[in-house]
Amino acid sequence: MSGNADNFEAAAKAKSAETVAEFTDTRKGFLATIQHVLHVNPALVPLFVLLASVIGFGLLLGSKFFSPFALTLILQQVQIVGIVAAAQSLVILTAGIDLSVGAIMVLSSVVMGQFTFRYGIPVEVAVMIGLLTGVICGYVNGWLVAVMKLPPFIVTLGMWQIVLASNFLYSANETIRAQDIETNAPLLQFFATKFQVGGAVLTVGVIFMVLLMLLLAYVLKHTAWGRHVYAVGDDPDAAQLSGVNVKRTIISVYMLSGLICAFAGWALIGRIGSVSPTSGQLANIESITAVVIGGISLFGGRGSILGTLFGALIVGVFTLGLRLAGADAQWTYLLIGVLIIAAVAVDQWIRKVSA
Amino acid sequence: MKKLLIGTALAAITSATGAFAEGHGTSACLITKTDTNPFFVKMREGAEAAAEAAGITLRSYAGKVDGDHETQVAAIETCIADGASGILITASDTSSIVGAVTQARDAGLLVIALDTPLDPIDAADATFATDNFLAGELVGQWAAATLGDDAANAKIAMLDLAVSQPTVGVLRDQGFLQGFGIDLGDPNKWGDETDPRIVGNDVTAGNEEGGRKAMENLLAVDPMINVVYTINEPAAAGAYEALKSFGRENDVLIVSVDGGCPGVQNVADGVIGATSQQYPLLMASKGIEAIAAYAADGSLPENTPGKNFFDTGVALVTDQPADGVESISVAEGTDLCWG
Repeated sequence: MSGNADNFEAAAKAKSAETVAEFTDTRKGFLATIQHVLHVNPALVPLFVLLASVIGFGLLLGSKFFSPFALTLILQQVQIVGIVAAAQSLVILTAGIDLSVGAIMVLSSVVMGQFTFRYGIPVEVAVMIGLLTGVICGYVNGWLVAVMKLPPFIVTLGMWQIVLASNFLYSANETIRAQDIETNAPLLQFFATKFQVGGAVLTVGVIFMVLLMLLLAYVLKHTAWGRHVYAVGDDPDAAQLSGVNVKRTIISVYMLSGLICAFAGWALIGRIGSVSPTSGQLANIESITAVVIGGISLFGGRGSILGTLFGALIVGVFTLGLRLAGADAQWTYLLIGVLIIAAVAVDQWIRKVSA
Repeated sequence: MKKLLIGTALAAITSATGAFAEGHGTSACLITKTDTNPFFVKMREGAEAAAEAAGITLRSYAGKVDGDHETQVAAIETCIADGASGILITASDTSSIVGAVTQARDAGLLVIALDTPLDPIDAADATFATDNFLAGELVGQWAAATLGDDAANAKIAMLDLAVSQPTVGVLRDQGFLQGFGIDLGDPNKWGDETDPRIVGNDVTAGNEEGGRKAMENLLAVDPMINVVYTINEPAAAGAYEALKSFGRENDVLIVSVDGGCPGVQNVADGVIGATSQQYPLLMASKGIEAIAAYAADGSLPENTPGKNFFDTGVALVTDQPADGVESISVAEGTDLCWG
C-alpha cells in the first residue's frame, strides 16, 4: 500500500518537473491532505459545520441566538434525539441500523410509568424494570441479527412495529399526567433537574447526553470491546478470523443500544413531564439523521460518536436558528435534507483514501 | 393503472354483493385516522354501542399513524367490497380521499365524515363534527374577557398543529383569534395576521413533546408571552412544562381545545385556564343512527340549520367563568370527558 503511494508521489513529482501545470498538482496535494486528515478525524467535518452554523446564526440574529440561554436551549431540545443517536451510532458502526430505537424508548418510558402508577411498584424498581425492558428488546434485535443472520434493517423494521404496538396495547394510549408524576413519583422526572449558571440552563438530561457521548467515545477508542465493534463493522469475516467473537459483539451492541434507548425514555419523561405513549414516533429517523450528518458511515466500521453529537446539535441549531429568523418550519427540513446528502457525499469522498 | 383496475373490479363486486348484504342485515364501517388516539378510541366505543343497539354489524379500520392515507383508501375499498351500507370516516388527507369516497358513494354507500370535514365538504353525504371555529372562538373570548383591559397589550403564542395547515387546526386557530378580537387576514390560513400582539406561530404535532419545543421556540423569540393558544390538551401540557422551566407557569394563560379527561383534569389543576370540549362519542353514535336510517328507507341526514354540517356541540370547560362567555364547570366537564 504505502509503497504504491510513494511511487505515485514520485511519479507525480517527476511529472510536475516536466509540465507547467504545477498549480493543479499542488491543489491536488492539498485536497489529498484534507482528505487524509478527515479520514483520520471523521468528526471534524460536522464540528466545522456546527461552528459555522452557530457563528452564522449568531451574526444573523445577534444576542437573541448567541446567548447562553438560547445555546443551552438547543442542548435541551436535542437531548432526547442525542441520546437515541448515541445508541444508533453503536449499531451503525457494526454496519447495522436500528429502526426500533424510538419505539424501545417510548415502551421503556411507558413501563416505568405504568409499573409505578398501575401496579404501585416503588418507582426505583419500576425504573429498573423499564431499563431492563430496553435491554431485552435490544437482545431480541441482536439475537435475530447475529444468530439468525437476518438483515438488521428487516429485524428492526419488524421490532419497531412490534414494540410500538405493544406500547399502545399495554398503555391503552393513556397519558400519565405531569402533575401526578410530580407529586407521586418525582424520580421519573429526575432528568429534568435543572442547573442554572448565569443565563445558561442545563438539565440532568443534557449532562447525561454529553457524558454518555464522551464515555462511549473513550470506550470505542480505547477498549478491546470498542475496537471489536469497529472491526465487526468494517469486515466481520476478518474480525472473526482475528479472534473477535462477532456474534457476542453484535448482541452486546444491540443490548447496549436498547439500554441507552431506555435511558432516553427516562429522559423523555423529564423533558415532557408526562408519560405519553405517542411521543418519539420520529426518533428513529431523527437519530439516523444525526448519525449521518455526524459523519458515521452507514457501511459500518468508520466514524466517531462525537460526530453524532455534533450532528444532533447541527439539527438543533438549524431548527432554533431558523425559527428565530422567522422562517417557515419547512425550510428546516429542506436544509437538513441537503445536509444529509452532503454528509454522505463527503463520506464517500473520504472513503476513497482507504481504497 | 393497477389501482384503477382493482377499484373497478371492487365496484363491480360491490354491485353484485349489495343485494346479498341486505339479506344478512346491515353493516357499517368506521375508518379513523389511528386507533391509538383516545379521541378515536372513544369514537369507536360510541359507534360500537350504537351499532349494537341498532342491530348493525360494525367493522373498524384505522390508519397506522395520523396522515396514513393509503390504509384509509384500502379500508374504503374493503368496505365497498364488503357490501356495507355506509362508512363513517375521519379522513387523514381530506382532499386526496375524495376519489375513494366518490367511488363508495357511486357504489351506493352513505359516507359520513366524522370530526374532520372533507375538502370540499360536500364530497361526503354528511359531516358530523365539532364546530372547530366556534371551539376556538369560545376560548378566545374567554381569554380576552379574563384579561380584561390587559387584552390590548397581550403577547400571544399560537401553538398550532402542523405546517400543512389541516382544516381543523386552521379553524381552531382562526376561531381563537376572532374570539380574542384580532383581525384574521385570510381566514383559511393561519400565520398571515399582522396584529403585533401575536408573538408567533409554531407547530406541535398535537403532542407533549411538540408542545414543549414550540413553546420554547416562541419564548426564545419573546420571553414575555402571557397568552398561549394550543391546538389540543397534550400540546398544552407540553407548553406548560416549557413555561415551568422558564419559571413563567403562574403568569401565563393557557387555553386549549378537546375536552379529553386528562385535559379537563389539567383545567382543574390550573395548568390550562379553559378548554373547549368536543363530543366524539356523539359523532359516532349519531353517525351509526344515520346509516341505520339510510339502510332502512334511504333517508339522508340533515345539517344543523345555518351550517354546512351536523354540529355535535361544544362547551367551554373552566372553573373561572368569564362574564358574557357561557361555560360549564370542571365537574360537569369531567362527567362528559372522553379518553
